[in-house]
Parts: sequence; C-alpha cells; structure tokens
Amino acid sequence: MKTLFDKIWEAHVVSTVEGGPTQLYIDRMYCHEVTSPQAFDGMRKRGLKVFRPAQNTCMPDHNIPTIDQESPIADPISKNQVDTLTKNAQDFGLTHYQMGHEKNGIIHVVGPENGLSLPGMTMVCGDSHTSTHGALGAVAFGIGTSEVEMVLATQCVFQSRPKTMRIIINGKLKKGVTSKDLALYVIAKTTTGGATGYFVEYAGDAIRALSMEERLTVCNLSIEMGARGGLVAPDEVTFEYLKGREFTPKGEEWDKALAHWKTLKTDEGTVFDKEVTYQAADIEPMVTYGTNPGMGMGINDTIPTLESIDEAGRISYINSLKYMGYEPGEKIVGKAIDYVFLGSCTNGRIEDFRQFTDYVKGKKKADNVIVWLVPGSWAVDKQIKAEGLDKILIEAGFQLRQPGCSACLAMNDDKVPAGKYSVSTSNRNFEGRQGPGARTILAGPLVAAAAAITGKITDPRI
Amino acid sequence: MEKFITLTSTIVPLPIENVDTDQIIPARFLKATSKDGFGDNLFRDWRYDKNDQPIASFVLNNPTYTGQILVAGKNFGSGSSREHAAWAIAGYGFKVVVSSFFADIFKNNAMNNFVLPVVVTESFLAEIYESLSYDSKMTLTINLEALTITNNTYGKSESFDINPYKKECFVKGLDDIDYLLSKKTQIEAYEKAR
Ligand code: SF4
Repeated sequence: MKTLFDKIWEAHVVSTVEGGPTQLYIDRMYCHEVTSPQAFDGMRKRGLKVFRPAQNTCMPDHNIPTIDQESPIADPISKNQVDTLTKNAQDFGLTHYQMGHEKNGIIHVVGPENGLSLPGMTMVCGDSHTSTHGALGAVAFGIGTSEVEMVLATQCVFQSRPKTMRIIINGKLKKGVTSKDLALYVIAKTTTGGATGYFVEYAGDAIRALSMEERLTVCNLSIEMGARGGLVAPDEVTFEYLKGREFTPKGEEWDKALAHWKTLKTDEGTVFDKEVTYQAADIEPMVTYGTNPGMGMGINDTIPTLESIDEAGRISYINSLKYMGYEPGEKIVGKAIDYVFLGSCTNGRIEDFRQFTDYVKGKKKADNVIVWLVPGSWAVDKQIKAEGLDKILIEAGFQLRQPGCSACLAMNDDKVPAGKYSVSTSNRNFEGRQGPGARTILAGPLVAAAAAITGKITDPRI
Repeated sequence: MEKFITLTSTIVPLPIENVDTDQIIPARFLKATSKDGFGDNLFRDWRYDKNDQPIASFVLNNPTYTGQILVAGKNFGSGSSREHAAWAIAGYGFKVVVSSFFADIFKNNAMNNFVLPVVVTESFLAEIYESLSYDSKMTLTINLEALTITNNTYGKSESFDINPYKKECFVKGLDDIDYLLSKKTQIEAYEKAR
C-alpha cells in the first residue's frame, strides 16, 4: 500500500547514496531571473552544457514592472537580472518567455495554464511556491540555486525523502469562504513550522469540490506551514482542466497519459506518517494579524491574548504585533487599511479576478485606498478582457496593471510604504515583505475586494 | 572548498524565533547575479536604520559578540527557497548555525554552501543563552567527526545528526554536482528504462 507521493517519488529515483540522500530525476524545471544567474554561472565555470534543454523553461517574473512593460526596465539592477536570464537562456538553448511575451507571467501561473505541469511529474524551481504545481497531482517543490545548477547539469537533484502527511477537509465550505481562507485556516492550525519535513496530500470532499484553480491556491500555500510541498490526487476536475492546453499530450498520447494519470492515487488504507482532519463548515473568511502566515484568524475573531501564547514565543509575538500596530485581544475587523493587492501566484488567476469583480460590480472604490490589481500572466489578462471584467473594474474606479510578481515581494516599484496597511492576496506577511516597514494582512480575493470598497477590514458576506 | 572537522568559536546570539529568509536577506538585495557581497546585507533591516546607520541594539553591531557561530531561535530560515540567505550567512563569516529547529530548504541551502546547521535540544539552546548571560566570550566546539557540540562553559556536550553523505562532503570539501556528474550513464539508463 502506497501513498500517491510515494508512487511518484519512487518512479523518479535514479539511485540512493549509501547512508545519504536520494538522487531524484526531475521531469521539468522552471527558472526565473532571481535564483538562476549563479547557477548558469556555475555551469560556465565548469564548462558544462544543459543536460536536457527541452525539460527546462525560463521566464522572468519577480523583477518586472507592472506598468509600461513595453519600455526597457528603468531600474538598472532589475534590468541586469532580467537581461541576464535572456542571455543565459540563449547561451544554453532553453525556452524563454521574456517580459511582454504572450506566455510570460508568474511561473506558477504560467506552468499549469499551458499544460507544462502535468500529473505524475516531478517539478522544481528555485522558488518555494513551486509547491503550487502539486495541485495537478505532481511532486513539485522549491530548491536552492546550487540545486538549480544540479538540475541544469544532470536533470537530477539530491533530496532526502520527506515524511507523508494527509490533511483531510470534510464537508462543504460556507458561502463567501474561498480556498485561500481554507489554506490560511489550515496554516493557522498547523503553525508556520508545523509541517516541516512533510509532503502533504490534501483530501476530503471539500478538496474534491474545489476547482483546479482553487486547488492551485491551496497547494501554493503548503510551504507556509513548512511542508516540502503539497498535492491533490488528479481526478476529472484535473483532466478537464488540462485537456486541450498547449503542451498537454494530444490524440493517442492523451489517451495513454490519461490511463496512467487515473492510477495516480493513494491506495485505500495506506497509513500516513501524520494525518489531521478539519471540518469545512468551521472555516470563516480569514485574515492574518501578525508577521507570519500562521498568525491567522477568522475575520471577526480577536487577536490571541499574550497568556494564550507559549512562554518561549512571547517575545517574538509581542514584536510581531508591535510591528503590525495591533494589540493582543483586539479585533481587527473595521480597522482602516491603505493598500489592496490582488495578484501573485496564490490569487492571480482568472477565478480570483472573477470573484473580486463580482464583489465590486456596481460599487465604488474607497478614495483613500491604493489598489493594485495584477493578473498572474498575460493569459489571465487576456481572459479578463475577453470576459469584459476590465470594464466593470474601471467603472468601479479600479485599474488593471501588467502581469508579474509585483507587490507580493516588492522587488519592482510596487512597494507599500513603511507603516501602511496592505490587505494582500499574496502568501507572505513577513516584516518588510511588501516594502520596508510595510504591514501586510493576508486574505482571500473577497476580503480584498471588500477592503478595496470600504477602506477597512470588512467581512465580505455583509 | 575548505574542509571542516572541528571548530571552536565564540558565538553571536540571535534568540528570536521564526527568523525568516526575508529577515536574513530582504528581497531588495536579491538582484545580484553573483554570489559575492551578500554578507554586508545580512539581517539588513535589523542591522541598519533608514539612513543606513547601524542600529546599536542589534547584535551584529555589538562588539561584545563576535565569532563564526550564529546561535538562533527555533524555526530558523523559514520562508523562501532563496539560497541568498545562505550566501549572506556564509558571506558574513558564519560557519555554523545552531538552532533547535531549521526550515527544510534553508538547511539544504546552508549545507550546499558549507555552512553547518546544528540542531540542538531546546534545553541545550537555553543553556547556551544562560552561559552567555554571565560569559559573553563563551565558546562552543563543534566536532564533525564525533558529531558533538560542546558548551565549553558548562562542559556539557550533546550529539547532533547529519547524514553520512553530507558529513563526508564537509570533511572532504566535496560538492554534490561533482558527484551527480559522475552518474551520467546511470541517468541515461534511467531515462531509457522509463
Ligand atoms: S508571486 Fe510572490 S510568491 Fe509567487 S513566485 Fe512571485 S514573488 Fe514568489
């Protein structure tokens, strides 16, 4: 009896080092401009060629501006990094979707939407949110730059085998509760380090009922509880999503692939190293109040009091709340905010834009709030326009920006100023993540929409 | 790479939990295309104020504490997979990071840059801070052959774990890529067989 993770992992083991890690074969690697230059440099220094060029795809996403991508990047250092990726892709003969290319966007949005990421694969990228691709029923995880170099050189990495964990969500999500809320709920229960050393499989009716895009959001956030990655066994939802996408197998190849994909599930009765079960009905729209993603609560809840925190963790806890300008024991619903960010590899897909638009339709943006709406890719941008969502957004006082990581980590110009509050659909509320001194409240697209309209932290169901 | 068998050093304490990679090296310093110079920006936003003036209260600006061993709180290195965090720590001159718990990717990245993550028990960690409170020049000894860490003030040791392969890499100054490259025929055989 095996878990789905075990099956995929074992099918990719090339060798095991005596007393050491596993040499794991990687089906696909994605490279972005921030974590790859030193790896390509290393390749040059060793005089190596890329071992399997067709299995590596490059695109810049972290640094690119979200306005005026038609012009050269103004920041010379960002420009250098983006240009370096272009040159590396050229020199080593790799596919590259450069800034402005119709297939450019955030890697974790672009991979699935083009059918580059498929069930049963092993996938890596020098980026922790590579866990996103696990939603297709794959083993996908983030690696460091030394490991990027290993994959370029040999299409393999060394990994120690993680333990397995199953998170079961039973029942049905309540109305107005998104998959982001589900994920923030699970992280709050698990804590940021609680799944360290594990690879998570998400299961249960509430997961089965999620669309492909919602599953991508859930798997994306696996890393925020320390997990190596997360996956969902592929099913009709997965196959329906993949069918006809640009790089998915076609014709006979599709039938063959489908037959294999249908075998990708955990055997009945398999025991995981750890298993937890939650009830979907217990989940409310979530917000974070602190400076790690595990510090989350239902939107109408109060911030935990100091007494309820482990003694060893109290200093960090106090510092964290001080940074946020919040007090233990208080509510944050109704508090004023300054910025709203809809986007990132967590919530930058078409369904997120549909949810946001649906909420703001016929309403007006709050005057004192700056709102960045950043599609996760050009394909998402195109779809937004095809569905006329852009017009509804403009009418409500919003403006669309161009695709990229943007304010998720503020490597471009989209920075939240020090001390300002930002309701963000991204994945990290670390100190300074959205700009030095910026205060981030993580939430789903509906809470973000409600905040953009009222200028306050607002329950979107009211 | 420099070989590592034993190291005795004074320590730099950072008794904060959940230190994430954005704190170790803020994202705005990730724009380099080489591995050099990251040490200068290690813990940048804790170390310098808005006007680039050192913040006196931060431990790296406190001349009392120096050394090649960083002793951090629980869950060190969570967050992003950026190896820049490991480059910053290595670049600053740390050879060892001691904590009661490390984030997975950080641990790998550190080892790939010959920075040894040493996991100790909560009580051992607490004792280090305790010794430090009356002896700021206390030392720790890390013995990679015997896999022990010793608090030389208390004279107490504890053993730690590292997988035998990685231990050999450290002791011999070897790197994973050399090893993988030697396995090319096996990789091709794997590809044919699938
Ligand atoms: S959107 Fe944010 S989390 Fe996702 S890849 Fe970009 S920077 Fe990383």
